[in-house]
Formats: sequence, C-alpha cells, structure tokens
Amino acid sequence: MIRLYFAGFALLLSCLTATAQDANIQPILQEYQAEIAKSSRKTIGPVIDAIASSGSPHAQLMLETWAAKNIWMRKSDGLFFVGEKTDTKSYLLTDFDSGDVVGSYPKSDLKQLKPNSGVRAMIATALVQFQLMDPDAAKRQDALTSIQRDPGPALLAPLRTSIDSEPDPTLKAQKQRLERLLTIGYDQDTKTRVDAIEDMSGELGVDVRATLNPLVAKTLNVATGDIPTGVNVAATLEPGTDQFSKADAYDLLVAKGMAPALVSSGDMRSALAANIEGGRVGGIPVAQLDTDAARNAAYAALADAGKVPPLITQADMDTALASHVFFETFAEPSAEVTTAATDALKAINLKVGLNQALDLTLDALSLASIYFLAAIGLAITFGVMGVINMAHGEFIMMGAYTGYVVQQIIPDHTLSIIVAIPMAFAVTFAAGVAMERLVIRWLYDRPLETLLATFGISIALQQLAKNIFGTQARPLTAPGWLDGALVVNDVVSISFIRIAIFILALVFLGVFLFIMKRTRLGLETRAVTQNPRMAASMGINPGKVNMLTFGFGSGIAGIAGVAIGLFAKVTSELGNDYIVQSFMTVVVGGVGNIWGTLAGAAMIGFFQKGIEWLNPSNTLAAQTYMIAFIIIFIQFRPRGIIALKGRAVGD
Amino acid sequence: MQRSFIAKNPSVLIFLACLALFTLIVTVLSEGFGVGVVSTSFVKTLGKTLCLCLVAVAMDLIWGFTGILSLGHFAFFGLGGYMIGMWLMYERTRLIVVESLSQTEIPPTKSEIIDGIGNQIFGVVGSSDFPLIWAFSDSLFLQLAMVVLVPGLLALVFGWLAFRSRVTGVYLSILTQAMTLALALYLFQNDSGLRGNNGLSGLQNLPGVAASQDEVSLWFLWASALALGLGYLLAAWVVSGKLGSVILGIRDNEARVRFLGYSVETYKLVVFTFTACIAAIAGALYYPQAGIINPAEIAPIASIYLAVWVAIGGRGRLYGAVIGAAFVSLLSTWFTGGQAPDIPLGFYTIKWVDWWLVLLGLSFVAVTLFTPKGMGGLVDLLTQRKSPNRHGANLGPDDGALREQEASQ
Repeated sequence: MIRLYFAGFALLLSCLTATAQDANIQPILQEYQAEIAKSSRKTIGPVIDAIASSGSPHAQLMLETWAAKNIWMRKSDGLFFVGEKTDTKSYLLTDFDSGDVVGSYPKSDLKQLKPNSGVRAMIATALVQFQLMDPDAAKRQDALTSIQRDPGPALLAPLRTSIDSEPDPTLKAQKQRLERLLTIGYDQDTKTRVDAIEDMSGELGVDVRATLNPLVAKTLNVATGDIPTGVNVAATLEPGTDQFSKADAYDLLVAKGMAPALVSSGDMRSALAANIEGGRVGGIPVAQLDTDAARNAAYAALADAGKVPPLITQADMDTALASHVFFETFAEPSAEVTTAATDALKAINLKVGLNQALDLTLDALSLASIYFLAAIGLAITFGVMGVINMAHGEFIMMGAYTGYVVQQIIPDHTLSIIVAIPMAFAVTFAAGVAMERLVIRWLYDRPLETLLATFGISIALQQLAKNIFGTQARPLTAPGWLDGALVVNDVVSISFIRIAIFILALVFLGVFLFIMKRTRLGLETRAVTQNPRMAASMGINPGKVNMLTFGFGSGIAGIAGVAIGLFAKVTSELGNDYIVQSFMTVVVGGVGNIWGTLAGAAMIGFFQKGIEWLNPSNTLAAQTYMIAFIIIFIQFRPRGIIALKGRAVGD
Repeated sequence: MQRSFIAKNPSVLIFLACLALFTLIVTVLSEGFGVGVVSTSFVKTLGKTLCLCLVAVAMDLIWGFTGILSLGHFAFFGLGGYMIGMWLMYERTRLIVVESLSQTEIPPTKSEIIDGIGNQIFGVVGSSDFPLIWAFSDSLFLQLAMVVLVPGLLALVFGWLAFRSRVTGVYLSILTQAMTLALALYLFQNDSGLRGNNGLSGLQNLPGVAASQDEVSLWFLWASALALGLGYLLAAWVVSGKLGSVILGIRDNEARVRFLGYSVETYKLVVFTFTACIAAIAGALYYPQAGIINPAEIAPIASIYLAVWVAIGGRGRLYGAVIGAAFVSLLSTWFTGGQAPDIPLGFYTIKWVDWWLVLLGLSFVAVTLFTPKGMGGLVDLLTQRKSPNRHGANLGPDDGALREQEASQ
C-alpha cells in the first residue's frame, strides 16, 4: 500500500508541475460506481486509494466534497456531481472535472452520498497527503496536528514526501520530528526503526514516550510446558513472588481456561443453598452452617456425591501452576526494536526525572513565595510589633475584593491591576489603622485578648464580605500578558503569574528591608518595639508609630490579596485558607526577623511540595503532615529557624 | 478553720439546683414524658446546649483558670463524638446486616456479617475493609473507654510536646489551632478510615432500642444534665482545692510559680488532658443528639466559637462559662434558624441569618474591650462584689493580664 502511495504521489507531483489536466476524476468514480454509491468501511479502501492516487487535480476537491456529504448521484446515469441546494426540492449539480454547472435537478432524481464516520475517517486520512502539500501553511499545520492526534502507517509515506518541499522551517522541523515518530511506530524495516528510536532517545516530549510506550507494553501470558517460539518474551515469571502471587497466577490460568475456577465463598453458599435436603446439606443441619469449617465439610460431602464441582485445594493449585510457564511478552514482535525502545525509555526517564525535580523545585519556590507574600504583613504586625492579628487573613481577602471591585469599574485588566494595587493598599491601610485605633491600642498588654478581639473582627468581616459579595467566587482576572506559562520543555513549565508572584515577593522583601533599616519610620518602629517608654522619652510618639506600622503591615496584606486573588478564587473564605499557614510561616521562621519569615516560607513551601510529590493524590494529607511536622519542629527550635538573641528577645 | 466545699462555693449548689429544676421543667413540658409543649427537636437542642455548656466548663478551666487559650478543645469534643459514633454506627449497621442476611437460606458466617457491615459503612468512600481504628468498634465498653482515652492521649502527647518546649501565650493558641486544623484536614480524607467528609451519620438511632425519639431525646437530656452537673462539680472541686491555687498562680505569673518549686509543665499537662477528656465526654453526648458528625465540626472556627462563648459568659468563673455557652449558642440557633424578625430599614432589610455573625463578632470585640468579666460580671453587680482596688499601674482590667513590670520587659 505504501508503494502505491509513493506511485500516486509521484504521479500527482508530475501532474502538478506539468499542469496537465488530462486525468479526469469522473471515469475513476464510474469505475467504482457501486462501491462509492453504497460505501462501507470494508470495501471503500481501494476506492479511496485509487482516487487519491489518480493524479487528477480534482481528487482533493472530490474527497473533501465527499466527506462533507455534498456529492450527489444522478440516478438516471449514475454520474457523481457536487450538489448545491437551490431551493427546498432541487439541487444545482456541478461537474468535478470541467467545473461546469450541469443543471438543476429535483431531489427525487438524485441520491446523496452519505459516507459513515468510518469512511469519513478514511477519506480524511487520504486527504492528509493533499493537505501536507497545501500552499496554505495553516492547513499544513492542521494536517500535522491531525496526524499527531491519530497516527497511522498510511500517513508515513505522504509525510516523508512532503518534507523536502516544505518551505516553512518550523513546519519542516515538526514534519521531521513526526516522521521520526511514525518511523518508530510503523516502518517496515527494523534497522530504520532502531535508528529512529536512537535518534529520539534523548527527547523529553510526551509524544516520544507515547510512541515508545506501546512498543514495550507487556502482556502476561501462560503456556503449558515451554515458552513457545516466535514471541518476543520480556521476562519469565515465577509464581509466588511479590510481583506475581500464586493467586494471580492461578487466576490467569482460570481466565485462559487452563484450570478449573476456584469455588468462591459466594459460589459455595449458593451451591449449598441449592442442595438443601430436609433441612440438611450433605448431612449437616442448615443451622450449623454458620462457620467456614462446617460449610467446607458440607461442600466436600456434596462434591463426593458428585453434585457440585470439587473444591480446589492448595495442592491442586500448586500442581496446576507447576505444569505451566508464565511469561510476559511484548506486543512488538521484533526484539531489537523492544530492546532499543527499553533503553531509550530508560534514558528518557532519567532525564524526565531530573526535569521533574527541577519542575518540583520551581513549584515549591512559587508556593514559598505565596506563603511569604501572605505572611509578610504578619511579619510586621506580629513579628515586629508583637500584635497578633487574626483578621490578617481578612485583610488579604479585602485586598482581593478591592481588586475585584476595581476591575468592575476599569475593564482593562492591565490598567485595573495597576490601579488595584495602590487601592488595595489604601483600603487595608485604612482598615488597619482604624482597627489599631479602635481595638488593638487598648489591648497592647494583653496578647491573648488581642487574639480574641481580632478574631471577632475576622468573623464579622468575613460575614460582611459574604453579605456584600455573596458566597460564590468572584473572578479577579489577570492581564492577558500574565496568561500562559514559561514552557521550558514538556516537563518543566511555570506560569507567568507564579513568576510575577515570585518577583512581587522579592520586591516586598526589598521594600520591607528598606523601610525597616533605612527610613525614619523603620527606626522609630524598632525603637518603639524594643522599649516604648524610652522611645517616647526620646520624642517619638509611640501611638502614632504603632498606628502607622500596623497600617503598613495591613496594607501589604491587601497587596498580597490582589496577588493571591489572581490565581485563587476570591471568596469570603480566602483569608481563612492562609491565616494558619501565615502564622506558621512566621513562627517557624522566627518572630521578629524578616529573613526568618523568608526561611520559614521556603521551608514550608518546599516541605509541602515534597510531601505532595511523595503522595501526589492527596494534598489534604500533605497539609496534615506539614502541620504535624511544624509542631514537632517547634520542639527543637521553639523560637524558629532564625531566633533573635540577647536583648531583642522579648516575651 | 476548715469550711466545707459547699460553704466555700455557694454558687455550686445554686447552679446544681438550677440545672435540676431546668431538667425537671423540660421533662414535664416534653412530648416524651410530659404535656408536650416543648417539641422533641427543641429538647434535642436543649440537650445539645447542655453538652456545649460542659465543654465550655472545660474551656473555662483551661483558659479562665490556667490561662492557656486552647483553640483546640473542639477537636477533642469532635473526637469524642467520633468514638461513640463508631460504635453506634457499627452496631446499628450490624443489626441491619444480620437482619437482611437472616432472610437467606444458609445462616451467615461471622466474616460474612463483618464484610456486610464493612460494605455498608465504607461503601460511600469506595472501600469495604475495616481500618485499624475500628478494631474495638464492636464493643460498647471498649469504645466508651476510647471516648476518653483517644482524645486524652492526643492531649497528653500534644500537651507534653508543647509545654515541654515552653510554648506559651499566643504561640500555644496558634499551635493548638494548627493541631485542630491538621486533625480536621486528616479526617477530611477518604482514606482516614472515618468516612472522609461524609462523616458518621444516623447516630440518633440507638441500636436495639425500640423507644421513640421523643423518649430517647429526654434520656440524652438527662444524661447531658447529669454529665454537666458532675463535670461542674468536679471542676469546682478542682479549682477550689490546692491544684486550683497552683493553676491560678500559673495563670497570673507562670515564672513565679516555677520558682516556687512547682512543676508548671506537669500541672498544665494534667489540666490540659483533664479538660480534653471532659470535652470528649461532652462530644460523646452531643453527637448522638445531633445525629451526624463530620470533619467540618472540628474546623478551627468551632474552637474559636467556644472561646467566644466563654469570653462572653465571663471566664474565670465556671457558671460564667455555662451561661455564655447556653446564651450564645441558643441565641445563635434562634438567629440563624430564621426565627428572629427581620428589621426593615426602608432602604435595606436586615436579615438576621446574614447579619448575626457580624453582630456576634462585633459584640465579642465589645465584650473583650469593655467588659472582660463577661455576663458573669452581672452576678458581681447583684451581689455588690467589687474588685479590689489595686495599687500601682493597672495595665488592664483583667486578672490574667500582664502586670506593668512584665509588660515593660
């Protein structure tokens, strides 16, 4: 068949170059008139091949029209035409070859060709060779995509032919890659395939693995006596090992019809129920059949009487297993190909593993920066001021909702985010200052009650948000240029939003350090934190400094809210999801030190991703173990990773 | 001069009398044994409220008296509920399975019955095998022991770890909250062995009891009242004795008590574990009345509400905790149940279902700020009892607050 394609292609190319119009399509169609008129998947193959290889310039049009169900047969002489509906009852027929309108015919004189989906799929395959040479690059791309999605042996030859004449370098590279993959899967020559496998053995693409994996797929098999010749054996299995238990082996024998089935407890039960005679089964009263031993005895009695198939004992099973040999075979018959494929997969898997580790590291880094972002506001209010603010999560939520509201007013996403960030800062700064003035100021010496009062505020704010914005999640859409991901290869990729958050976290770190170490506010904050009375006697107004510092911490939480809202759902419970982790980050890192917060975020982020990697199906478990780990960690470093020393240690 | 326990604590007697009177009145008015004025569902609500009062007493003991703001006591409460729920669910399912299997011709074997129960219980999470934690679920006695032992052991281990490393104050609060969160998240998994987020259900049906819910609800009310009475008595006895003096000392100045030679960590651990056991017993009585338990009940917010009740009721006095828990939880039921009338403001109608939590949150802030004694402080007004006029800088109106000297460190 491939040779046929080659021939057809050669013919087609010559036709195109010579612009010869001699090969008309209608005679070919007439040659296969019956098959085309009543097409079926089984018989249509040669017909489509003949049409495709006819060299007629109208073959492509004909096939396309056919697949689109637009070919009509004139009942009077059995000729095929392109039909176009003019009004309800009649169709305008056009000849394929001349392109002339033949005339309008009523529907009753015509018969529409309706190829079924199987036939249409075959037509589509035949069309690929035309599409691969199509002058329109988009169509060539479509054809490649369709081959990738549904590869087959028939596509190899047209693909190979089309490579040389491909003008577009990107498409050419794609074609060459696809040709290698198809060669691995479908070429006749073993040597060529092995070469192709070796060519692709360093590739990370999912498609390469998808091509190689079916080659090395193993099937469990069993034979009496020796392993039959002519099969590509992957491994011989010994029943009774960890990977292949005796029960599995026996089940395989039963499935292959090589041994009698085991009598399951359900079977035994129904067999016993079917053989109750006068309240007894096999001489044992029914009422006593409530233990396995009694049932076995009754069943054995029935089996002796020949009423039921005998019980398979362990010894029977062993005998059956001993007389058979179990082995795994490759679906691919050629041992050279499977060996090459196994080696290639091994090399690929090593590379994939390394890349996955890299990907995991990136994931962990991004999670760490999210935690850092969520916790940095707390690092100020809790870490520096020592005020525990349980409504911190709600400030994050407020920031996210501010972003949402701004986006309702300013539809442009880029602009709205630029506006939303200072807005969120302003809103949460104001909320923080109000909270500090109204509540926290009165509770500076009573940390536990600060905790409770801020919890009250947190409950109220959450419910307030629910009342205003409803319970459903609100979208906070990222600007278009943040969509998508930085794709390094098929394994390693990171979305732009995560990169943006990472950068934002770094910026925050810089801002925090700058304000704390280089500005008057930072100096005064540190002074008030260390000794408010002494600071006050130096002319610092502690009340004002506390207010501004708290507002600053809250404002940063608001900005973090905008960032978090970009990738998480904005709901009234948004803050809840981060509050415990944020506190953990600060506590684990070490209170009162921004580098500690950074270290805490990194540790929690990496640890959580690590656990998720060990148990990928279960993120809940990851969080559980994470918290358990933190509780234990605090045993060993009660003051966090980076503990303050000396006089700075408050209590 | 040695005065009797009751003479030293007249409030205990008053409280027990009130509780007995309350139980009697509800019984007389109930559908089960009385005139039928109070509906069975309300009897259940009252019974549940009594359990909440009991856990509030435990909370008061650990927070109001020992000064440890535990945000994890609802985890112990929930665990107690889970432990009793396991037996209730196992036994009821066993009766159903045995009933259905006895219809067949061949009597079922033990393993068939157990498989049947496993299928019934764990079918929803796609499993049929009994996890290890269900090992004792067939025995009421063992499972009742687990009600106390499992939360007690968790509290012991957690408390030992936390107190040993001298985690105090807000750090400890956050740590207990993290523990609650971890437990809730763990139970949310389907393979935790406790049916994931489906939780345990059908707990209101006592296996093998033919009595109607009208009567069963009263039994539980009595049991809850008894447990509350005993728990209150025990707590009052603890705080009025020497142990009480030590834990009050720990609350007011931990370092000073340590320097006096007391092993602060041991005292804290004992109180923490003891209150966890009380909370677990309260939970074991609560959830058969609620009928269903799932991990959402253990979520950190539940423990925070517990702190809210005790704070509003007035911490540092046991009856305050009971009043707070009863008042706030009943009021909460009333508001969120849609029974409170809406307030039309012309431009907006305040629906209490939506606004109750805002009100609760804000009034909680107000209580914390202005009346740290809570509702129990009203009793002081009645009895015209005044706080001693202390000298020196009084940094906060609360007994447990840091003093001037400590705060300036």
